[in-house]
Amino acid sequence: MIWLRNISIGILAAIFLASLFAGTLAPAPYAKQFRDEPDAAPSRQHWLGTDDLGRDRFSRVLYGTRISLLLAPAAAFLAAVLAGLIGGVAGYRGGWTERGLMAAADLVLSLPWLFLLLAVRALMPLNVAPIHSVMITFFILGCLGWAAGARVVCAGARSLRNSDFALQAQALGCSETRLLLRHVAPNLRPILLAQFWISVPVFILAEANLGILGLGVSEPVPSWGSLLRELEGLTAISGKPWVFVPLLLLIVSVTSFQVLLMDQEMPV
Amino acid sequence: MRHILFLIAKHASRILLITLAGGFLAVALARLAPGVDEREIDTRLSDESRAAIQQSHDAERNVFHFYWVWLGGLAHGNLGMSQALNRPVAELLSERLPVTGRLLGWGLLTGWGLGLGLAVPLVFLRGRAYDLGASALAALFLCVPAAVLALLFVLLRAPAALALGLLVFPKVFRYARTLLQQSAALPHVLTARAKGLSSIRVLFWHYLPPAAPQWLALLAVSITLALSIAVPVEVVCDLPGIGQLAWRAALARDLYLLVCLTGIVTLATAAAKSASELLGETLRPLS
Repeated sequence: MIWLRNISIGILAAIFLASLFAGTLAPAPYAKQFRDEPDAAPSRQHWLGTDDLGRDRFSRVLYGTRISLLLAPAAAFLAAVLAGLIGGVAGYRGGWTERGLMAAADLVLSLPWLFLLLAVRALMPLNVAPIHSVMITFFILGCLGWAAGARVVCAGARSLRNSDFALQAQALGCSETRLLLRHVAPNLRPILLAQFWISVPVFILAEANLGILGLGVSEPVPSWGSLLRELEGLTAISGKPWVFVPLLLLIVSVTSFQVLLMDQEMPV
Repeated sequence: MRHILFLIAKHASRILLITLAGGFLAVALARLAPGVDEREIDTRLSDESRAAIQQSHDAERNVFHFYWVWLGGLAHGNLGMSQALNRPVAELLSERLPVTGRLLGWGLLTGWGLGLGLAVPLVFLRGRAYDLGASALAALFLCVPAAVLALLFVLLRAPAALALGLLVFPKVFRYARTLLQQSAALPHVLTARAKGLSSIRVLFWHYLPPAAPQWLALLAVSITLALSIAVPVEVVCDLPGIGQLAWRAALARDLYLLVCLTGIVTLATAAAKSASELLGETLRPLS
């Protein structure tokens, strides 16, 4: 399946590059309104038409992709760091520390993901500046997504704690902090990397769900979630097929991530 | 018998602890989160009204005190009053639980039916094209946001339970496929097939029983997943269930409602997990 993996990497790279150069590729700023052409069909000037406020949809898709594709990995990084810290300390220390921290992880895991996300997002201020809503949304994703990873890291750290090299380092008088940072943490890197890649598509989907429920990134800043909100205004699927482009892009990206995750070896 | 009673007591205490901790987490989050009740700054209300609202929140500010009072009420069957909907929480729950129950029931049935329906033939047919096709279908639904699928189902005027089922199906299919493939490699299964036992008999007598604890664990996971998916599905499809209520409570920062809903959802997931573990532990000696 190497060919499928290569295609996925190619697709993701193309989408990522296009979003990175949104400033150059987009025909208009994402918030600019063409008041004479609200809800316009695709044309030479507006490749994907305009939304009901007259904003160029193609530009918004490019900028929205940039936000979703840059911030979902950022949130995944935060979740992986938290999982590494909590799981690493729990597994390394063992005893009551492990039991306490893993009980907290169990509690977070026992709540359905979207329910937890919805409740915590709604408890944060809702009427904030758009850029703050972007930060809040992805910060929450990062802060709540640590639990599953922490369990895996904890198991890894526990086995490393009892490994021969750790015992030898301890016998040579290596301090606990040094042992944890120099010997245990580097060996947990592959687990954390796997957790990071697993979290990226999960967070992209979670942001999309929050966006549709009106709790994600707020207007006028575009993201895949906020762009998908436009689908709520549809009365028939066949009406305006170009409205489905953000959804198509999201599905293609998440599928590409899933294909990459099929292998144990993650792209670095 | 004594062992089973001990297991039941252990799991019951675990469910209780997790539920209480879940409720406390909701109270703590609602009280310590930086947002405010919008009514406190609503200029349409009189100064006295806003002061009264602020005062009512001051009483709730102490997390431990509020939680203790709420637990006291709970012990007497009083779940409190919804601030946003101005109705007793118990009444709201009794109205909406059956809607979510029906949605989850049909959704899980559809998801399991599809997942197993595609995974079981895979073991017997062993066709690569079939495997690829079924896996691609599962991957497709794994990549669609729940709210979008629900929205598409609204446009198609299709039942919401089907959307929920299609979102549960990939998880069931992937796990069932792995479990069945593992079972297929077991020596007693190979012997049974070599002796010419029918596929149905091999499936029900030799594939499924040894993996009973894992199947039960998958059932518990799918219930948690379905509860999670129910939130956007109910909101988008305008179904008056627990998920939609949670969304409303979260938007209105309705403390009593939010705490009760978190407690119920935690209770449901913890109970499902414990029941699957308990059954698995009971069945293990038989399998």
